[in-house]
Amino acid sequence: MTAQTLYDKLWSSHVVTEEADGTVLLYIDRHLVHEVTSPQAFEGLKLAGRKPWRVSSIVATADHNTPTDHWDEGIKDPISRQQVETLDANIKEFGALAYFPFKDKGQGIVHVMGPEQGATLPGMTVVCGDSHTSTHGAFGALAHGIGTSEVEHVMATQCLVAKKSKSMLVKVEGQLGEGVTAKDVALAIIGKIGTAGGTGYAIEFGGSAIRDLSIEGRMTLCNMAIEGGARSGLVAVDQKTIDYVQGRPFAPKGENWDKAVAYWKTLVSDEGAQFDSVVELAAADIQPQVTWGTSPEMVTEIAGIVPDPAQVKDPVKREGIERALAYMGLEANTPIEQIAIDKVFIGSCTNSRIEDLRAAAAVIKGRQKAGNVKLVMVVPGSGLVKAQAEAEGLDKVFTAAGFEWREPGCSMCLAMNADRLEPGERCASTSNRNFEGRQGQGGRTHLVSPAMAAAAAIAGHFVDVRHF
Amino acid sequence: MKAFTTLNGLVCPLDRANVDTDAIIPKQFLKSIKRSGFGPNLFDEWRYLDHGEPGMDNSVRPLNPDFVLNYPRYAGAQVLLARENFGCGSSREHAPWALEDYGFRVVIAPSFADIFFNNCYKNGLLPIVLPAETVDQLFKESVAAEGYRLTIDLAAQTVTTPSGQSFAFDITEHRKHCLLNGLDEIGLTLAQSDKIRAYEEKLKAEKPWLLA
Ligand code: SF4
Repeated sequence: MTAQTLYDKLWSSHVVTEEADGTVLLYIDRHLVHEVTSPQAFEGLKLAGRKPWRVSSIVATADHNTPTDHWDEGIKDPISRQQVETLDANIKEFGALAYFPFKDKGQGIVHVMGPEQGATLPGMTVVCGDSHTSTHGAFGALAHGIGTSEVEHVMATQCLVAKKSKSMLVKVEGQLGEGVTAKDVALAIIGKIGTAGGTGYAIEFGGSAIRDLSIEGRMTLCNMAIEGGARSGLVAVDQKTIDYVQGRPFAPKGENWDKAVAYWKTLVSDEGAQFDSVVELAAADIQPQVTWGTSPEMVTEIAGIVPDPAQVKDPVKREGIERALAYMGLEANTPIEQIAIDKVFIGSCTNSRIEDLRAAAAVIKGRQKAGNVKLVMVVPGSGLVKAQAEAEGLDKVFTAAGFEWREPGCSMCLAMNADRLEPGERCASTSNRNFEGRQGQGGRTHLVSPAMAAAAAIAGHFVDVRHF
Repeated sequence: MKAFTTLNGLVCPLDRANVDTDAIIPKQFLKSIKRSGFGPNLFDEWRYLDHGEPGMDNSVRPLNPDFVLNYPRYAGAQVLLARENFGCGSSREHAPWALEDYGFRVVIAPSFADIFFNNCYKNGLLPIVLPAETVDQLFKESVAAEGYRLTIDLAAQTVTTPSGQSFAFDITEHRKHCLLNGLDEIGLTLAQSDKIRAYEEKLKAEKPWLLA
């Protein structure tokens, strides 16, 4: 048999039927659901008189609209509240394997909640009406975001109409330097391939630097695959993957566990498997990253400067940079370390797991946020992450430094709730998108790792966490 | 789903690369639990000078005269001309809903983000990929000539300019068939229920933990 990539294996084992043009019905094992992209899908089912095909595939939570403070007061915005209550009602009517509603202790960002519950398993196909579903590829699962029509389609049929992507291997060999994290690797890769570099591909991340990452680091990396244009990111299964999954609430037990593990161990790309494209980076070259523009590919290293559009020949690119600098309120050639910030956001499905919070806390222990920084929000990814952090005393470290310790949710990653930037405010953020208006209309977002965000909060401007 | 066969439509050129779905429809409008009514808030932050929130009367909001969609010559446009990586970012289907609700039926660009591209087909909106040079040519022609229209023929897979120049585009047979006939994809899939059940039987035997 010819050598197969991990993607080939995951794909072919889920094909139900295939048409002559390569369109397949792909079987979906796990369907994660949140309040923003599901109401129209449930309504579609209702209107057509259809029922979910397999309710036990559905795991749901409310995360985008939920507030991160004053939970006793409920959700104040009536439109947000209606959306969350609509999910409550839909789950009640249609059912689910599990639902973690607003205020439940298992509630959290859908991409943090799924893995920590063991609802995401190696070898699964995982979909969610959310582009960052790529996160779950960290477990050797084929995971990608879908639109609401597809949410309805998966609910009704347990399948997705899909076509196979091309495959790309992004190989990072060597050892990452001290203070360089999975987030920096992700941003460095996007800086290299561009935000459309992975369009049409499923990316597998490989190489010794990726194998050395923790599972949480791999989730951060796969989470950002979509920012490089790839609907899905993948990392091969190894012992770390299996250890992470073991004992979680929805992980297989007993005899099933042994069977599952035997299968999961095959979820690697075979020796000699061919990829349509290969990109290589040396881990030792990767420095802490900071974005300066309005797209994740507009990124440089902490020692870098804001680029000068006058130096760029391609007119579409040049105009893009000019528009980004105007929006960001930045001058060409400004050293990144001289950019002062107004707010800091530590959270989102990219960087709100326990390791992220530990990394941020380690940087600030015993220090105070800078006077020019108006607000530092630390938003854990889920209720379980929050409880763990509090058990370790991290919340005390944050509050002692003048940071705010909040309830879990998406929060200022996309500012659908009350947490947002005011026009012109500049933010060091551990989230994944620095688009215009993403964190609030007119808000200016710089993407960084948790350690870099924490260091910036203390310094009042960006600073190299390695010399901090 | 709405069928798409042919269209002769006014072209609106949006000369920006990497237009993301946050720009196409900002998040505050995602709180709606409906599928329609997003058109007035398409490109909200670029189109209006004030901050938009759900429930506002959009007809009295101050328009940004510099945004191309507001130029009187592009009123009623049905074909959006765009640059590379159109529709990147969030998977929100509200983006094609907003474009369709506004009146667009076709988006032409050198490249699209995958999820957005896929979402378009589910809503009778046809995304067409043409080579960058061709898109560039269409940009120049549409800016030069007021009232510039393109003819799109899905069955023939062609885009034709007013001067009669034709460009071919690709589409998978499956998508073309569904779009031409306005088919309900869920119904089509459910017609294969026995195959899905057979797959699940196999799954039960081979990977029992997945159905537990
Ligand atoms: S944290 Fe941000 S990117 Fe992640 S699911 Fe929530 S809104 Fe989307």
